[in-house]
Amino acid sequence: MRDVAVVAFAQSHHVRREQQRNEVEMVMPVLHQVKADAGLDQSQIDFTCSGSTDYLAGSAFSFVMTLDGVGASPPISESHVEMDGAWALYEAWVKIQTGAADTALVYAYGKSSPGDLRSVLTRQLDPYFQAPLWPDSVAMAALQARACIEAGVTSVEEMAEVAARSRRSAADNPYAYLQGSDDPAVLLKEPEIAAPLRKHDCAPITDGAAAIILAAGDRAREISDAPAWIRGIDHRIDAHGIGLRDLTVAASARLAAEKAGVGAGPVDVAELHAPFTHQEVLVRSALGLGDGVSVNPSGGPLAANPMIAAGLIRIGEAAGRISRGEAGRAVAHATSGPCLQQNLVCVLEGSNT
Amino acid sequence: MGKNKVAVVGIGQTRHQATRGDVSMGGLVREAALEALADAEMTWADIDAVVIGKAPDFFEGVMMPELYLADALGAVGKPMLRVHTAGSVGGSTALVAASLVQAGIHQRVLTVAYEKQSESEAMWALTLPIPFSPPLVAGAGGYFAPHIRAYMRRSGAPDHIGVLVALKDRQNAWKNPKAHLHEENLSFESVKDSMMLWDPLRYSETCPSSDGACAMVLTDEAGGDAAADPAWMLGGAMRSEPTMFPGRDQVNPQGGRDCAADVYRQAGITDPRRDIDVAEVYVPFSWYEPMWLENLGFAEEGSGWKLVEEGATAMDGDIPWNCSGGVLSSNPIGASGMIRFAEAALQVRGRAGEHQIDGARVALGHAYGGGSQFFAMWAVGSEKPTS
Repeated sequence: MRDVAVVAFAQSHHVRREQQRNEVEMVMPVLHQVKADAGLDQSQIDFTCSGSTDYLAGSAFSFVMTLDGVGASPPISESHVEMDGAWALYEAWVKIQTGAADTALVYAYGKSSPGDLRSVLTRQLDPYFQAPLWPDSVAMAALQARACIEAGVTSVEEMAEVAARSRRSAADNPYAYLQGSDDPAVLLKEPEIAAPLRKHDCAPITDGAAAIILAAGDRAREISDAPAWIRGIDHRIDAHGIGLRDLTVAASARLAAEKAGVGAGPVDVAELHAPFTHQEVLVRSALGLGDGVSVNPSGGPLAANPMIAAGLIRIGEAAGRISRGEAGRAVAHATSGPCLQQNLVCVLEGSNT
Repeated sequence: MGKNKVAVVGIGQTRHQATRGDVSMGGLVREAALEALADAEMTWADIDAVVIGKAPDFFEGVMMPELYLADALGAVGKPMLRVHTAGSVGGSTALVAASLVQAGIHQRVLTVAYEKQSESEAMWALTLPIPFSPPLVAGAGGYFAPHIRAYMRRSGAPDHIGVLVALKDRQNAWKNPKAHLHEENLSFESVKDSMMLWDPLRYSETCPSSDGACAMVLTDEAGGDAAADPAWMLGGAMRSEPTMFPGRDQVNPQGGRDCAADVYRQAGITDPRRDIDVAEVYVPFSWYEPMWLENLGFAEEGSGWKLVEEGATAMDGDIPWNCSGGVLSSNPIGASGMIRFAEAALQVRGRAGEHQIDGARVALGHAYGGGSQFFAMWAVGSEKPTS
């Protein structure tokens, strides 16, 4: 395998509702920023890959218009996944592994605010047996949370602690949307919105975008003084139906973590894409992260969760900790689908480890 | 670091038709995948990863349907990627799958592309917004017709060229049992007299709307060596450019020329008309055959229509295009690009049945999408490449 590193990361200031700018206007400043940080123009980028979903944009081929933000003239080698940007990064990493590219631009965006996200996400379900019932994403997560509590995997008290810790950490993150939190005891006095979930257990609906530049070997060292090297990356998918799998373990996250080599060394920081508090507990366990690991110091998805970009942001945030020398070894995680159906795990290290 | 070699050892396609009401979406993709696995003499357990592609999710009303299809495609516990690059997606999906093998990450990858267009009305979804213009809601034909007009004006091509292409492809489709359209009483007159939809495009010069899927099993070099009749990947590339910018040539887009040049360089092709034995090229509207003949370097600019008129692209011509009947005879949009890639591989494997070109050794598979702005191509051969 070639050594590939994250050499630049940029993200938008995430908001509840981006009303002034369309998708291309939202993504363009982020693309300009990440290229400026890397000191590259588009002609120096060998491969470009993006992630988006038409169901958020409300139009078919929505990625076609955001290509206008890239500067794809003269024509570029480019691809797109209808998935979180973390999987776009995976495709770009594979492309670099083939030797056909030394540098890659990855970007993703999600503007969830124009539609009713809970309804929109029901369209992600089995169209014959589940989607006609319109079970919304929060209700399904609540079923999972209930199963986890009954299995002794977590408790509403622990979940409230996850929420408070995440949003307090977000106070140090200028890009986060929700910053600061009441004490867990106060949070637990709030009413349930889908038992056992309370509002604080759920990620906020967020609009935002993010971009990363990858580079291989010496090219990475030329671009960055402190590249965050990808030491392992893997993704796996579970059965779709929530009745077909044990909701109290994230089996595909565990498998991806094994394949990515999370356990091969100590982990300083983990950025986990867990849009519900109980899911952080589940993913932490699936990845085998001990109590000493700093989880979601950025605030994580509970502080800002622009769908489709949020997984990519986890990789960017983890890489940032490495590049700033705040961590020697970091783990980033991304998820997709109902109740953690699909999971990606990426292990990053600095140059000295 | 050099790329690992890639072989196509299994190919499957559904029976394409207007409505496959007999199968679910899961059933549709399984029909193609199971045929590909049987061809490869493999089972689901032999597959390391699944790469799936399709055009917009709105076509079937399922958001990110790979999540639901994970079970149907035996992907549970495996990596699964979902590609979407507009009309070129079937080709791009195969190339992403190939890159997993080229990179040495996986040995055996199942790649699938599909569309079940009967679930919706593609006309609306295919109406791309044009900046500063009212929406036409005229579908892809409405978008492409002015560019075809521009081609006719530039090249001086006579009006009947489009009719000739449509007639050829629909006649070829009779030799392909999988094709959607098997038109009775097909003749030059029947095409010419069909309804004018988007001048100069007639009804019979326009692709159908189909339900269908295509699948391939790609392996590493060892897998190809063990197979009886593999197709070897000789080169592959993707290119994209924006829909609109000042000076853009929509008739002969730079992206298509660059993409072809990249594939030819990898495959050692210097004269496409001489070096390529057969091509499956994405021609959803008749006139795109002469246009792409020029864009892909088979003809000088302005003279692609002469190859059509001479019959060079017919099955008995020197460079047969779309022996399968092409997109003009079957168009499950998300799968159409992969069908081109798979049909190219079938030809060099000698397994194209009645539409086989005898002795085909090098074949081109081509796909394009968006406003002629996304391109995916590969060249495959019957002989293992030396480098």
